[in-house]
Formats: sequence, structure tokens, C-alpha cells
Amino acid sequence: MNPDTLIEIDHVTFGYDERRTILNDVSLRFARGKVTAVLGGSGCGKTTLLRLIGGVHGATSGRVVFDGEEIDARNSAQLYRLRRRLGMLFQFGALFTDLSVYDNVAFPLREMTDLPETLIHDIVLMKLNAVGLRGAARLKISEVSGGMARRIALARAIALDPELIMYDEPFAGLDLISMGVAAKLIRTLNDVTGATSLVISHDVPECMAISDHVILMSNGGRIVAQGTPAELMASTDPEVRQFVRGEPDGPVKFHYPAPAMADDFGLGAAAGAAR
Amino acid sequence: MNAIAALGARTLRVLQGWGHAALFFLGLLRVLPQSLRRFGLVVVQMHAIGNRSLLIILASGLAVGFVLALQLYNTLITFGAAESLGLVVNLTLVRELGPVVTALLFAGRAGTSLTAEIGLMKAGEQLAAMELMAIDPRARVLAPRFLAGILSMPLLAALFSAIGILGAWLVGVGLIGLDGGNFWSIQQNGVDVWRDVANGIIKSAVFGVICTFVALYQGYETEATPEGVAYATTRTVVLSSLAVLGMDFILTALMFSTR
Repeated sequence: MNPDTLIEIDHVTFGYDERRTILNDVSLRFARGKVTAVLGGSGCGKTTLLRLIGGVHGATSGRVVFDGEEIDARNSAQLYRLRRRLGMLFQFGALFTDLSVYDNVAFPLREMTDLPETLIHDIVLMKLNAVGLRGAARLKISEVSGGMARRIALARAIALDPELIMYDEPFAGLDLISMGVAAKLIRTLNDVTGATSLVISHDVPECMAISDHVILMSNGGRIVAQGTPAELMASTDPEVRQFVRGEPDGPVKFHYPAPAMADDFGLGAAAGAAR
Repeated sequence: MNAIAALGARTLRVLQGWGHAALFFLGLLRVLPQSLRRFGLVVVQMHAIGNRSLLIILASGLAVGFVLALQLYNTLITFGAAESLGLVVNLTLVRELGPVVTALLFAGRAGTSLTAEIGLMKAGEQLAAMELMAIDPRARVLAPRFLAGILSMPLLAALFSAIGILGAWLVGVGLIGLDGGNFWSIQQNGVDVWRDVANGIIKSAVFGVICTFVALYQGYETEATPEGVAYATTRTVVLSSLAVLGMDFILTALMFSTR
């Protein structure tokens, strides 16, 4: 494996059940120290990709390799060792609702290290300061907004300075200001900590603004295109153009596959003959 | 042929479910020592599970004591054995009603609360977040609750029995006018610490294992939707109650059989 590659997805196929394949023979590489964005419509398998990298699910076939080591979802000892090196921001934060903001960020530090409480206090406030929420440390989770919750979850994800930070839809549901702040934060954290960032999103402008490499994915995990943001923006491929410009008509269909409308509304040939 | 195939498939599903639950139970036992090392987490859960069940346990124990005294007095007096009311109430509560009724109340009060809490943690991806932090949610979340349930149940059952006996004393001695000294002394002479009290404690500890395990398992394995959590809490009460009643018969046969 190339030393510049932190994660390699090698001919991976995965489905939650036998009838539905989410990812079909997907191969990807994520460069070390870079911000890589995976863009795609809802249901194309972006979040599933993150779960495979985190070892939450095992691939039906193919390999997921993290820093030269193949991830085996059944080997819990290996999984826990690898997971110590990654942080994940969940789509809805996944904060512990029975803990305060401060205790949420302190949670991984208390659980995973033997640091004294005074040092944990300083680290937690530093992380909260990085996301602009030092003043909210003593609030309950029920007292913070959705955007704040996402930033608290980000502070928790970076509490242990992970090598890989995975962001699942970090911009979903945020107002424009929060979106800009979150995007800038992802880029800054990546540059300051030297971590590798993997952003899963369908917000094109933000991802294009902060990413070093962009992968465009469609249903079944098919890779439509990949390259630098500038390359994708300049692409003449109709599918890429439709996605980055948000055009309603094009190769990507708006409607879920369905029978002919006439059949569904009883207006087919047989129905007509009956009348 | 289809009916036979369906029956076979159903049997296999049931067996698979039992196997899965057994593996889950063994996994829980494996991480239990970690909870002993962090006993503070267990104490917090004992407060949540045990302390908050106190009111319903004490109120029910008192009511059961009142009713037992009235009912038993009416029966005993016909045989001229009214003075043995204290002993009969004591044995009934310590051997049977204390552990069983406490377990049924526990399943309804604390069991449903545990299932809903774990189920909602799962739905909110809190358990998944913990796993991705390399923290085993079974060790951090389930094991302290499991241990707290096992430790709380005998304490709650003891309180249920104690308040029940007090209730019977209020009715028997205070209301009916039986001799107070005899009420207590007959219990002192007739109740055996090992045969009666210890067996009652063992029973309630076993019920603690059953009720807490069922509640945690249902919460952990629930479908992460509002309907799934609602269904899991109902299943917790039904399965815990049936398991407690079935196990009570087995334990009573083993502990108090005269043959």
C-alpha cells in the first residue's frame, strides 16, 4: 500500500441484507493528512462507507485497509485498537443526553486515559474553545441547539487528537453562518492537528471550498468522478455537472423506480377497455 | 409441506433467539468484573434503579401486609390459631410474596425504564458513538446497570417484607387487638434465618438477574424506532413477569420441598 494512503477500500461489496446491495465493488483511496469529501445523493452508501471504515459492519466481500492493516469487524481487540486512532462526528451528534456539554467532551478522556482531572479540565475547555463553545461548558444537552450539538460532538470527536476524523453530514440542518464556521473549522483542525479528514456530505459548495480531494458517488457506491474541487467544477460529464450545479434534469433521476404512472392510476389499456 | 417448513423456520428462529440471548448473557458476565472495579457507576445506577423504586415498593408492601393480616386472621380464627398470624404473615412475605411481588413491580417500574433508556440510547446512536470511541457499551453502560439491578432487588424485597410485616402488625395488633408480644415472639421462634430468610434473599437475587437481564437485552436489541422501543418495553414486562413466576415455582420446589 502507498505510504501516502491512510485508508484503502479495495473492491468492497456490502448490503444490510441479501436483497439490497448498498455498495457494489467499490474501490477508493483516502490520502493521509488531506481533507477528502465524498459527495453523493441520499441513500448512495456514503454513511455505510464510514461504518465500514469504523468496523461497525464487515464487508460482504473485499477489503477495508486502515494504515496497512486490514479491518476485521469480527476481531474486537483489533477494532478497539484501531478505533482509538479515529474520531467520528455523527450526523445528529450522538451526544450523551444524561451528561453536560463539559462531561460529553470529557467522556473519551476519562474513559480512555489516566489523565488527572485538572488536565482533563484544561483539554476539555481548549477543545470547546476551538469550536467556540467554551462558554456553554456547563449547559445540559437539552439546552443546546442542533448546530451547537454538532459542534460539541466535534469537540468530543477531536478530544483525543485522532489521526482520522470522519464527518457524517457535518453541514446538514445548519444555518448559513454555522455552515461556514463548521467548514472552516474542519479545514483548520485538519491543518493544525495534521489529521486525515473524511467528510461525507451532499453540500457541494462547502465541501468544494475545504477539500483537497472530492469523490462523487452515486447509487450502489458507483464512483462517478473524483479529483480536486477545481477539476470536478470544470468537468463536462453530464452527471457531475448535474450534481455540482444541483440541476433537476439530467442523468440522475429524481423519481424512485416505479411502474408506469398510467398503470398506478388505473389508466392503462386494460382499464380503458373495461370502461 | 409448507406448514411443516413454516413450523421448522419458526422453531429455528426461536432457537436462534435463545442462542443469541445466551451469548449476550455470557458477554455481559465477561465484562462484569470491570463494573466491580468502577463501583461508582454501579452506585449511581443503584440510586436510579433502586432508590426511585422505593415508593412503589413500600406502598405495595404496606398494602399487602394490611390485606394479608385481615384475610389470614379470618381464616386462622376458625381453627383457633389467630395468635400465629405474625408467623404466617412473616413466612408468606419472606419466602414468597416479598421476592415475587417485588420482582413484578421492579419489572414494571425499573425494567421498563432500563429498556427505554438503552433503546433510546441506541436510537440516538449513543451506543454506536461509544463503540467508535473504542469503549465497549456493554462494559460502560450495561454491566453497571446489571450489577445494580442484582444488588437492588434483594434490598427492595427485604424492605417490602419488612414494611409488610409492619402493616400486618398495625392491623393484627393495632386494629384487631392481638397480643403484640406474641406477634413478634412467634416469628422469632418460627422463622429460620437460613431456610427462610436466606432462601428468600437468594430468590430475589435470581429474580434480579432475570428482570435486569431481560430489560437490558430488550433495550439493546430493540429496533431503533419509536415503535421498536415501545414494543421492547412491553416485552420486558411480559417476559420478566413470566420468567419470574416460572422460576419461582422451580426455586420453591428446590428450596422448600419437604421430601
